[in-house]
Amino acid sequence: MTTQNILIIGATSAMAKAVARLWAQRSDRLYLLARNETQLAAHAQDLKITGAKSVDYARFDASEFEQHAACVDRAFDCCGKFDVILICHGSLPDQQVCESDVTKTLEALSINGVSVISLLTHIANRMQTQGDGTIAVITSVAGDRGRQSNYVYGSAKAMVSVFLQGLRNRLYRKGISVLDIKPGFVDTPMTEHFDKTMLWAQPTRVAADILKAIDKKRNTVYTPRIWRWIMSIIRNIPELIFKRLNL
Amino acid sequence: MKFSGWGNYPVIEAQEFSPGDSLAVLAAMADLPSNATLIPRGLGRSYGDSALAPRLLNTRNLDYFIDFDASSGVLRCGAGVNLARILQIFVPQGWFLPVTPGTKYVTVGGAIASDVHGKNHHLDGCFSDHIVSMKVATPAAGVVACSPQSNTELFCATAGGMGLTGVILEATFRLKPIGSSMIHETILKAKNLDQALELFEANQTASYSVAWIDCLSSGNSLGRSLINLGEHADDGKFEVARGTSVSVPCNMPSFVLNHYSIKVFNALNYNRVRKPQQKRLRHYESFFYPLDGIANWNRLYGKAGFVQYQFLLPLAAGLEGIRTVLTRIAQSGRGSCLAVLKVFGKGNANLLSFPSSGYTLALDFKITPGIFSLLDELDAIVLAHSGKLYLTKDARMSATTFRQSYPAWETFIETRKRYGADAVFNSNQSRRLEI
Repeated sequence: MTTQNILIIGATSAMAKAVARLWAQRSDRLYLLARNETQLAAHAQDLKITGAKSVDYARFDASEFEQHAACVDRAFDCCGKFDVILICHGSLPDQQVCESDVTKTLEALSINGVSVISLLTHIANRMQTQGDGTIAVITSVAGDRGRQSNYVYGSAKAMVSVFLQGLRNRLYRKGISVLDIKPGFVDTPMTEHFDKTMLWAQPTRVAADILKAIDKKRNTVYTPRIWRWIMSIIRNIPELIFKRLNL
Repeated sequence: MKFSGWGNYPVIEAQEFSPGDSLAVLAAMADLPSNATLIPRGLGRSYGDSALAPRLLNTRNLDYFIDFDASSGVLRCGAGVNLARILQIFVPQGWFLPVTPGTKYVTVGGAIASDVHGKNHHLDGCFSDHIVSMKVATPAAGVVACSPQSNTELFCATAGGMGLTGVILEATFRLKPIGSSMIHETILKAKNLDQALELFEANQTASYSVAWIDCLSSGNSLGRSLINLGEHADDGKFEVARGTSVSVPCNMPSFVLNHYSIKVFNALNYNRVRKPQQKRLRHYESFFYPLDGIANWNRLYGKAGFVQYQFLLPLAAGLEGIRTVLTRIAQSGRGSCLAVLKVFGKGNANLLSFPSSGYTLALDFKITPGIFSLLDELDAIVLAHSGKLYLTKDARMSATTFRQSYPAWETFIETRKRYGADAVFNSNQSRRLEI
């Protein structure tokens, strides 16, 4: 396989790190964006040791919308073109706090939804000009149906998923593939306060699925795969019944 | 949420957090409310309660390679890097771990805190014997670099120190050059314990040696075993094995492993080797990590969990001592699928490190009524022979037993105090053992 240029946004998240490590082992060229520069530097050095052809990085804060375009442009300036752009940033809000605090709700929608759309708008245009490549975004199974335990996060992710559908439709003829990655429960620092059952997966497992889906230019991937079936059931429960459930 | 060690016993309620860098580790120590208890945790592969406390500092985010010198094989990495990843990256380049325990799913920090040993202990010592230096975050002195030459007391307390001196942030250690990812394995069949120990004696120069004992056999065949010897091959092939193939999806009903099923397993295992000596070429994965191929094998013991009992008896006490223990276990009928015997080489200077010259035997016991009184009886036999128990496997020994068998405990407590670690780092185990 020839060397690919990869841009990863939210690069120090557990899933992003795990995928980057797979790319590094293939000797790909990586450009990383994330908020914590100490962790970025450590991650970049690790990827160089494990085989990445080159690793560049810059500080990026998803909440600073006015910086989005410049950050993406600098990445393109550095690498010339990107074969894959992976967007991974996000944060899991406390649903109960959000229910009584509209500021927290809007913050959660902004970071998990609006900021991704802001980035995607700019990235889509750069990729369209480039004429090939893959845009991959980590959303969530939570976006497939609103549930009382998690609907603020879920609606932000649903917004991104619908946006991606439209974008895929728009960019199809331009040779750009758009992948929506829907992980189930993944054992990461973001979810460390949850009790882990059989359904929980490790980031390394999820990373392997993500890489495969990107390589094969898939449209949507549920990871681990069992979530495809779980969510197909959840989506198909009639609302009449669903609203009575404790999910 | 709920946490336990690999033995699924005991289970406690705890909060876990994963600092992203050394500054966050220091902040976590500084912000700790007084009387709160914190202990570092890696992959949770110690069996009992050594990585259990109401607050757990997980090192999963300290998982970066920092530097690698391809000419000398010296690797510097974060404490949260696991051995599986080291193998995955460096075996293809012709390097292997200097010492590896029976699972590759442990972190470097955990390997140091437990001062783990492997099948080559008789020649190469413990994991810590290959460390060039390490950095430890301590409450009183901040981040301290230590090595066998500098800040020696912190080094000797931290290696084997069960996370009780501070948080290991990173370590620099030497990998070992290999000529292949394959191992020449020789399996020798021993009819009983005497023969097994003779065979160990006769094969002292083998790079790797370990024996699987059928601990339910008694009488003339007490201690019948298969002795595995290994040498790195030299064929220039460097392949990393694929991931886990099967998994135990949930806790099995506790009757799955009982006296009879274990007896059958042990008999089949012993009799699968027909000739007194069998040779074959194996991948390092199946030679070193046979159980890693079965994810969550600990669930076979059921919801109540199990304890692993690993003791050491000095060479002088050896044969008779092991025979006494095995006889007592065979009488009780509470068997263990996995009884592993190994002859250790010399010990090191680390205060709480387990291995030293002698014989070590590791056995699993399902948690059942009466098991703890049996283990107390075994403790008495071990102490009577001047032996000791491995802290990494322990979930139940008494403070008195600990103090009698680890004479350096006082120095350890002093060092802990000097670095302010006694006020911050405590595990359920350290509380029980009054360390």
